[in-house]
Amino acid sequence: MNNTLVTPAISLRHYALVFGVCLLLWVLLVGNLAGQELLAGMVVSALVTLLFGSRFGILTGLRFSPLVPLYILGYLGYFMVALVRANLDLALRVIAPSLPIRPALVEVKTTLKSPLGRLLLANSITLTPGTLSVDVRDDTLLVHWVYCPPGTDAQQATDKIAASFERHIGRFLL
Amino acid sequence: MNLLGDIFLLVGGAFMALGSLGLMRMPDLYNRLQAGTKAATLGTIAVLLGIGFHHPDWWTKLLVIAGFVLFTNPVGSSTIARAALKSGIEPVRGSNRKVES
Amino acid sequence: MTLTVLQWAAIGLVAVAILLSTLRLLLGPTTPDRVVAADTLSVITTAGLVALASIFDNPIYLDIALVYGTLAFVGTVAVARAIEGNRE
Repeated sequence: MNNTLVTPAISLRHYALVFGVCLLLWVLLVGNLAGQELLAGMVVSALVTLLFGSRFGILTGLRFSPLVPLYILGYLGYFMVALVRANLDLALRVIAPSLPIRPALVEVKTTLKSPLGRLLLANSITLTPGTLSVDVRDDTLLVHWVYCPPGTDAQQATDKIAASFERHIGRFLL
Repeated sequence: MNLLGDIFLLVGGAFMALGSLGLMRMPDLYNRLQAGTKAATLGTIAVLLGIGFHHPDWWTKLLVIAGFVLFTNPVGSSTIARAALKSGIEPVRGSNRKVES
Repeated sequence: MTLTVLQWAAIGLVAVAILLSTLRLLLGPTTPDRVVAADTLSVITTAGLVALASIFDNPIYLDIALVYGTLAFVGTVAVARAIEGNRE
């Protein structure tokens, strides 16, 4: 499998996406849908898209299909559950007088190819139970693990840490 | 409604306090980073949710702040961890076992 | 506005969090340790600013929280980069 980072060519769809993201952020910051505010937002978003659209390389790599919003919501839901579990796990470790930690640095391979996909994966790993992504080199993530069970090899670690997030993110990003 | 908001505020404060306790108790930088980042992120989200119950008309801006914290916080902590590793700060003794692929 | 018992308890917990983080900021022992503590403190401050918006019933504090969060993030990344470049 080819593991190099892929930044797909910038298309018209990409500009439409940048415009949509800018407008969404504007509407959320303004907090209402009044005609004049919306018009001003459209003008500003169009201006930003025209001037800087080609530099939003981070937004490339999104798959375009009608189910994408659903997949993003599914990922967010899964992520929030993992975040709460991570905090409960951490709270128990911190409160326990014996401080049950067994830290290790683990290398994890990823099959995601887009920059945004790898960024989201690294972020997700940082906020889930007991793991912290330290570095990303090509397709390898260096992960700090608070409690590495004895006798774990790299494949088991990948399955345990990254596989489920990779599946969720891979549905809407390259 | 207000009671639910207060409970979320309390939960947020509790997570922050526990995270800071972890920041004090953990033996090395990387473990401290884990405790600090996770707890502060979830604590902030819980506080934002609690405020959202008190002031439902602020939800859009609270959503922007929550999304922003959720996105930038792990990036920041990863950057610190990488900087520490590159500047030669070793993980605590006994934890330099490494699983390589 | 008057605060309920639960809100006072939440404020107390946040105060404990700030105290412990500040202690780590003062103790160190290495520079990255202090950066971690400062980063945690800045996130707690963002949440505190949002809470202030609620206490003063004034949404302008939400914008302040957003801008403060942005600047704190940029600052953290900048300091981390500076530490990283030290030994290269």
